[in-house]
Amino acid sequence: MAAQIRVLRQRIRSVQSTKKITRAFELIATSRIAKAQQRVNASKPYAEAITRAVTAVASQTTIDHPLVTARLTPERVAVLVVSSDRGLAGAYNANVLRTAEELYALLRSENKEPVPYVIGRKATGFYRFRSRPVAESWTGFSEQPTYPDAKVVADRVIADFVRGSAESGVDEIHMVYTEYVSGLTQRPAARRILPLVVEETTEAPSQPLPLYEFEPEAEELLHALLPRYVESRVFAALLESAASESAARRRAMKAATDNADELIKALTREANAARQAVITQEIMEIVGGAEALSASGSD
Amino acid sequence: MPELHVEVVAVDREVWSGEADMVIARTTEGELGVLPRHTPLLGQLAEGGMVRIKQAGSEVVAAVHGGFLSITDAGVSVLAEVAELATDIDTGRARAALERAQQTGADDEEARAGALRAQARLRAAGQS
Repeated sequence: MAAQIRVLRQRIRSVQSTKKITRAFELIATSRIAKAQQRVNASKPYAEAITRAVTAVASQTTIDHPLVTARLTPERVAVLVVSSDRGLAGAYNANVLRTAEELYALLRSENKEPVPYVIGRKATGFYRFRSRPVAESWTGFSEQPTYPDAKVVADRVIADFVRGSAESGVDEIHMVYTEYVSGLTQRPAARRILPLVVEETTEAPSQPLPLYEFEPEAEELLHALLPRYVESRVFAALLESAASESAARRRAMKAATDNADELIKALTREANAARQAVITQEIMEIVGGAEALSASGSD
Repeated sequence: MPELHVEVVAVDREVWSGEADMVIARTTEGELGVLPRHTPLLGQLAEGGMVRIKQAGSEVVAAVHGGFLSITDAGVSVLAEVAELATDIDTGRARAALERAQQTGADDEEARAGALRAQARLRAAGQS
């Protein structure tokens, strides 16, 4: 009996220390969400302005720029997978990787060969464990991405895109990341970034685009503008993924903390019952002993 | 006279926004002054340049390295990877960066860009 109580107390202590850790993670994630959200919002003016600019050039000119025109028979397709460096974020990484698998299946059904480019240790580990080749992997900035990080990634995929699949490059670039909808909802998303599908901004196109003058020539301008556009898209995806990661981690850690609370409660009850049982038994033994003595004395 | 709505946005933040009378910038083709009701234009800004925003009686200067200038009916937006207001520029650091870049040598592409960037910041801050 006494041994059982000791085991129960040990388990309670162990659950309590786990709870402390999960609680700490939860608090850290909560403070990171706010910061990450601020960065998402702060990067929006630039992203919107550059999208407007690209739309303006692309819609008004019929230029044959390699970054805009779809290739006739796309063969190899880059898929940029944005995952996290650390785990303990619930289904965050599993969702991203599953969405990526779905995209691969879709691409294969269109006779295209997907080539993964991965960001984050979790996705890197996923592909390495299955010994599947990746074109390139980047790690170390999933939680706090900076613009130079996005630039490194974008430069590599743009370089491969410009070469085309004839020279072991790629013909299309897709991106799988997690959209931050709200603190409670994060949605894995797969988007094509090149050839260009200019995304509509939040504001509705109220009037036809004005006729622009271009300085320098539209072609040259587009040449300078498009890499910046891709960089900004990658950067935005990294920021949103970082916010989503923190939100997913906060939720997972909150669930773990709540669960630990429940476990502690159940274990404490069990320990109390066991302790009471020991006491009752002792009393019964004493009473029994005393009765036996008094019975033998009266004889 | 109608006012001109101007915004200067860097990659990770909005550097400045407000109403102005005139904007002066240099594109790769040449110096450009923008008054209200300018025809819509998209331009690539010269490397290591600066943007001057004139308001009634005062002037806001920003160091802008690379980037684009977009003029629409709604106003002027300056998009830049790196943009800094003259008042925020630490001249000491900019000067140190310039010297460092110059010592590295002129043939290094990165050092050249660094030197241009530092020069732009110094010029915007009113020292060159």
